[in-house]
Amino acid sequence: MSAAGPYRLPSARADRAIEFHFNNRRMCGIEGDTVASALLGNGVRVVARSFKFHRPRGIFSAGFEEPNALLQLHSGNEAIPSVRAPLTPLRPALEVFTQSGWPAVRPDLLRILDFAHPLFAAGFYNKTFKWPTWRTYEPLIRRLTGLGRVPPGSDPDRYETRHTHCDVLVIGGGPAGIEAALSHASSGAEVLLVEQRGTFQGDATSLTGLSNVRLLPRTAAVAYYDHDLVTLAETTHEARQANSPRERLWLVRARRVVLATGTIEQPLIFSNNDRPGVMLAGAALRYLRDHAIAPGRQVLLATNNDSAYGVARALQSAGVAVRGVIDSRAQVPASALEALGSLQIRSFTASIPVDTAGFGALKSVTVGRLSADQRRVESRQTFTCDALLVSGGWSPVLHLFAQAGGKLTFDEPSGAFRPASDHPSIEIAGEAGRPPSGSLGLRISPVGNPARQWLDLLHDVTVADIQLAIRENFTAVEHVKRHTTLGMAADQGKIGQAPAAEVIARTRGIRPAQLGHTTFRPPFVPVTLGTLVGRNVGEFFAPTRRTPLHAVQAEAGALFADYGEWRRSAAFPRDGKCSEQSISREVQLVRNRVGLYDASSLGKIELAGPDALEFADRFYVNDLLSLTPGRTRYGIMLRETGVIFDDGTIVMLDTDRVLLTTTSGGAGRVAAWLEEWRQCEWPQLRVVVVPVTEQWATVALSGRHARAVLERLKPGCSVERRVPPSILAPDAVVGPPDPHSARQLQRRTHLRDQRAVPCRTAVVGRPSGSGALLRHRPLRSRGAAASAYGKRIPAHRNRYRWHDDPRRCRLRQARRRERPTLHR
Amino acid sequence: MMLIPCPYCGPRDELEFCYGGPAHMTRPELSATDEEWTRYLYHRQNTKGPYRERWLHAYGCGLWFNAVRDTITHEFQRVYRMGAS
Repeated sequence: MSAAGPYRLPSARADRAIEFHFNNRRMCGIEGDTVASALLGNGVRVVARSFKFHRPRGIFSAGFEEPNALLQLHSGNEAIPSVRAPLTPLRPALEVFTQSGWPAVRPDLLRILDFAHPLFAAGFYNKTFKWPTWRTYEPLIRRLTGLGRVPPGSDPDRYETRHTHCDVLVIGGGPAGIEAALSHASSGAEVLLVEQRGTFQGDATSLTGLSNVRLLPRTAAVAYYDHDLVTLAETTHEARQANSPRERLWLVRARRVVLATGTIEQPLIFSNNDRPGVMLAGAALRYLRDHAIAPGRQVLLATNNDSAYGVARALQSAGVAVRGVIDSRAQVPASALEALGSLQIRSFTASIPVDTAGFGALKSVTVGRLSADQRRVESRQTFTCDALLVSGGWSPVLHLFAQAGGKLTFDEPSGAFRPASDHPSIEIAGEAGRPPSGSLGLRISPVGNPARQWLDLLHDVTVADIQLAIRENFTAVEHVKRHTTLGMAADQGKIGQAPAAEVIARTRGIRPAQLGHTTFRPPFVPVTLGTLVGRNVGEFFAPTRRTPLHAVQAEAGALFADYGEWRRSAAFPRDGKCSEQSISREVQLVRNRVGLYDASSLGKIELAGPDALEFADRFYVNDLLSLTPGRTRYGIMLRETGVIFDDGTIVMLDTDRVLLTTTSGGAGRVAAWLEEWRQCEWPQLRVVVVPVTEQWATVALSGRHARAVLERLKPGCSVERRVPPSILAPDAVVGPPDPHSARQLQRRTHLRDQRAVPCRTAVVGRPSGSGALLRHRPLRSRGAAASAYGKRIPAHRNRYRWHDDPRRCRLRQARRRERPTLHR
Repeated sequence: MMLIPCPYCGPRDELEFCYGGPAHMTRPELSATDEEWTRYLYHRQNTKGPYRERWLHAYGCGLWFNAVRDTITHEFQRVYRMGAS
């Protein structure tokens, strides 16, 4: 036995061993291994429990299509759930965990669910878990499925996004992809070649020296969007190094795309075709060639095409005992038999597996001899074996072609979907573009229990589920998909897609070509949320806007909260009191004396030009044309539908300058609205629209002593009660607005002056004479201001409502149901 | 994600643009009936095929322009400046 596991063949280079842990058990792999090959080498048969029935599942494939071996890497916050084992390179000291089963993947006591399988037919959860609601059962059911757990804390990894262009994007680093890259590169095109695995599956050395070719290994093309934008997800497995992202999202705009994506082998459909030990024949060949791994001690092959014969020959030559090759075709081409050569391998024609046995892993396979019409089985024979390699034909990988709008049609001789038309920017190269020669044999067993014949391994969808869905009149292929969840799992049903189409067509009594297919949607392979989000997390999630008075308020001990995009003071706690008590105190002070409110987030837009006032007048319902320089007016802006859009004051700074204020949240949309009308509807008006919210600091001064404060700040200015002042300061503006709205405001406050000054003045030039006065009076907080106007503030929405009666101004804890819409 | 040919800047990603609805809408007179206003405000053709629409290169030059886009293929057949036809 080799150090790298009992299933490792002597030809393996066991000198370069890598230790890793699988479910906390120490194991050994060799350099070049993937997690899947290392587990197979160590004889690990059960790597997962199935979604509904908790049946044991083993590694089924050797690529991105893997439906079973979805494992968790690492633990704690660093955990990465649902990683596809065949694509994950083995690294020293890697921790690998299974994700399903209770108490463990083996033994799993929930296997009992399997014996109750008739209860879990298609759509069972829609029919069963209705009382009282689905929500009652959802948490438990989600836990049972074992699709991985989200790590508890925040993700310690870094991700990034890159944009690039190229003349030709070649997807797939196999021989066809490399050839296409070479031919395009030789004509001078900028070529980008991407490959999902860490190494290219052909001779890529000729490409490495070319300056116009970029190679991206470990990169999957995941989506094809409009106008030939392809997104790629690159995994840098040299992870967790300082300043290195773990994954990278590429947005590639390509002039031309070459799909050299190859094919996916399809399974055969028979009873209990999901047992650990059943594997795709092509996958077994890859594990044998790349990693010197024997799929079992006694291997049986079952096929409906020629490809499995080469696998049989390779296995037997490597010293693995091949019990025979089962072929569902009555006539096997001589060329296929020749592949077996002089090796003593038995070949059975017109036969198909009909059942398997074994509790944890495969122990035996029952093979039936097909009748001439292929509808019955004439005789059965049981083979003892621990690995059954199946091949049900090869499906071209055309997901990206279909995402790009290409049409597919079912090709009956090859039993797979093929392109029905050309796409102007896509070229399909290699096996993905040409159906294999020769016709396939039967791939769905005519006998056996349909409830035990799996079409979608990851979501536990069986032939019986399809039949039930069609009986219940979900006949269209999209309806069958939704009712049974066929192909809706993390693997998106890459394995079993073609046989499923045949099963649906056969049950409905039509030809598969008449059936069509479900829509192919991105992503082609799973992408982590981190990759999509990139660096837009934490403080980079959204910009934070601070008012010019931020520092002054911070100095005064403000507690800040986020109101929309603005970070504003919520309260000024004193003497260890909580923020609610502070807000009450500030409200009292404003009522009885005076307070300041930082209103700088109020949107401000300046209109400049000879027609500025005329332009502004067209937006507000009020008449503005009578405004004279230095005067202010309150205005309401409507949409074309007549619904209120925004409101604010209009200040005529000069004959050709008008300053508009908008609501804090409306600044952006009002500026965009004005600009749209200026450009598209009234280009003849001589005016420019300049958003100047950041250029002005605005302070509202409220309370009984507001007038006194203002007069001390600006000696000589007189503010008469209930009479709006025309102008208060030459450098600045003013309020209260016109008499009508002033009355409304004064109903709640004794006087409210709004004073906007250029922000440099506001920050630096706090008049020293008033300093003492202001220091003793707390700045009025946003919360208090809201109480004065009787408005609710979003940040407090769930906890308080604000009463607008100034005499009884207080906050009351509001129960959710009593929450008023707008309290005014 | 579409590649939109801004008449001022050249082809740029769709992310830089804002959609502005149909182009060349004629606004009814203020004296128009409610039906005419309703038609102007809410009734749209939902054209399948070439469609004249307005786009704003918001995160670029900041200018509005008109385009003829095929709503089936998303092909931009023509772009032209505001005011042109």
